[in-house]
Amino acid sequence: MTALPLPLPLLEARNIGKRFGGVRALQDVSLTIRRGEIYGLIGPNGAGKTTFFNVLTGLYPRDEGEVIFAGAPLPLGEPYRVAQAGIARTFQNIRLFANMSARENVMVGCHARSKVGVAGAVLRSRAQREEEAAIRRRADELLAYVGINARAGDLAKNLSYGDQRRLEIARALATEPQLLALDEPAAGMNATETGALRALIARLRDDGFTVLLIEHDIKLVMGLCDRIAVLDYGRKIADDVPAEVQRNPHVIEAYLGVVHE
Amino acid sequence: MNAGMLFTRMPRKVQLALAVIALAGLPFMVGAGLGNTWLRVLDFALLYVMLALGLNIVVGFAGLLDLGYIAFYAVGAYVYALLASPQFGLHWPVWAILPVGALAACGFGVVLGAPTLRLRGDYLAIVTLGFGEIVRIFMNNLNAPVNITNGPKGIASIDPIQIGGHALSQPLEIFGVTVPALVLTYYFFLALALLVMLAGLRLQDSRIGRAWAAIREDEMAAKACGINTRNVKLLAFAMGASFGGLAGGLFASFQEFVSPESFSLMESIMVLCMVVLGGMGHIPGVILGALVLTVLPEAFRHGAGPVQQAVFGQVLMDPENLRMLLFGIALVAVMLYRPSGLWPDPRHRQEFNAR
Ligand SMILES: Nc1ncnc2c1ncn2[C@@H]1O[C@H](COP(=O)(O)OP(=O)(O)OP(=O)(O)O)[C@@H](O)[C@H]1O
Ligand SMILES: [Mg+2]
Repeated sequence: MTALPLPLPLLEARNIGKRFGGVRALQDVSLTIRRGEIYGLIGPNGAGKTTFFNVLTGLYPRDEGEVIFAGAPLPLGEPYRVAQAGIARTFQNIRLFANMSARENVMVGCHARSKVGVAGAVLRSRAQREEEAAIRRRADELLAYVGINARAGDLAKNLSYGDQRRLEIARALATEPQLLALDEPAAGMNATETGALRALIARLRDDGFTVLLIEHDIKLVMGLCDRIAVLDYGRKIADDVPAEVQRNPHVIEAYLGVVHE
Repeated sequence: MNAGMLFTRMPRKVQLALAVIALAGLPFMVGAGLGNTWLRVLDFALLYVMLALGLNIVVGFAGLLDLGYIAFYAVGAYVYALLASPQFGLHWPVWAILPVGALAACGFGVVLGAPTLRLRGDYLAIVTLGFGEIVRIFMNNLNAPVNITNGPKGIASIDPIQIGGHALSQPLEIFGVTVPALVLTYYFFLALALLVMLAGLRLQDSRIGRAWAAIREDEMAAKACGINTRNVKLLAFAMGASFGGLAGGLFASFQEFVSPESFSLMESIMVLCMVVLGGMGHIPGVILGALVLTVLPEAFRHGAGPVQQAVFGQVLMDPENLRMLLFGIALVAVMLYRPSGLWPDPRHRQEFNAR
């Protein structure tokens, strides 16, 4: 029994199951993410972490289970509605709009929270001009927030690897999410870049975002996360605060198993 | 400093004035120097500019390969033909028919788009190709049991466009100057082509245009950004089809005759070539592509015979065959040496050179 009231859960995934033919990529995975925390999702390669993201964001249809987000069930199989409901994500293998500028990438992220249609665009109505200016301002703010405003006009494909990862975060933020799901944001970064990323994620939490973080960099995960769930062969084998997870014998076994491969 | 640089350094208003004078004077120069045949070519070129700009929305902006685009041209043309000809005894005014034609084509665009939304690339191309042919075959066969389209014979005696009580098929006297019918048509087509161009430019530089580009670049990421890709793709089909339908109506009124033959697969491919050859997604390039691919084949057609006569003393090769041969060679050459088109988006070209 705790004396303090627990923060409200933002997301509750219940008994999620997903198979690819014979592969059971996710089995009976349940987890609860509270508002304002950084929630880690770790596990050996092929454990099903990315699959969990894809199912959560509606890119893959889920076979079993349900997701309650901000008090309402999450729509199935409609990724754009998941984004509109307030879950934004980045991709493990960066998926930017390569031939658009950094600024335009973020402006695309504003799509769900703006509304002028064809008529407004063709007639250049006043509402359209104002909305367009607001989108542009917002994009520049977000680029500055993640620290790449100097590259606003560059094509996304010309940014450095680390900047591309930041740009993906800025684009995700443009959808005005409540939950930000990051799939291995530190992958391929050097130590300096990882340090800056860590500061950025901590700042996101301070600014009120809830973060779901997949990461292989154990130091980063242990240092940042409030709680961590561990997946192995599609099953959740642990779900606790970092110190406990590190001691958990199942977790150690899962990871050592990978080392021996 | 060359002429191009001189032009780009002028103030905007001067540029605009020069462009207006050039565009207004062009048909008189063409008419005086080359005659009516070329004036007709010029009018057709403007129709193809509209078609290419419409297809560019689908192919260039949204990245959806459409091989049946001419079907929308056909729908627009037949709507005009049915509403302004003795076929049903209807004679609607132009300002009513053109929007109806564009709307009908738009409806067809949505009908075609809806079942193909899950398809991409080759599969989409094949389905749209089939759709284009279906529309043509329908036009060919809708003469029985109830005669609607008059079948392969086509619909003749279509009303010319009337503006302010004056038919564009008749020359007009203004202040003692006689403006030929083909020049009047040119001005009307030019005005509409400019409107289509403006609409295209504005759409591209808008929230909708960015959503199209996002789908073209990475559809999954676009979805994750909250874009309803289904609706946004349908919108691309609908907008492209509307422009095609508009051009079709103009075509019917200009020819005063439509038949299914005019809407063959070859025409779809031709318009697609204009978009690709000019520079997909880049409006000035697409316009250039449409102009080049309308004017060059005509030049071959009219020039090949006399040139052979002059050089070899006889016509060695049928001009029609030679035309297709040279056209093919030209296309291959452009694709080899300028793979992103004659006039691609400068941003992307920089990219190309930088690598
Ligand atoms: N689209 C797919 N089709 C078939 N199998 C898939 C698909 N996506 C994932 N899988 C399989 O599901 C399992 C989980 O994969 P997933 O990518 O979710 O792992 P992960 O935990 O993200 O691994 P990593 O740390 O390497 O990114 C793997 O066995 C993988 O091969
Ligand atoms: Mg993964």
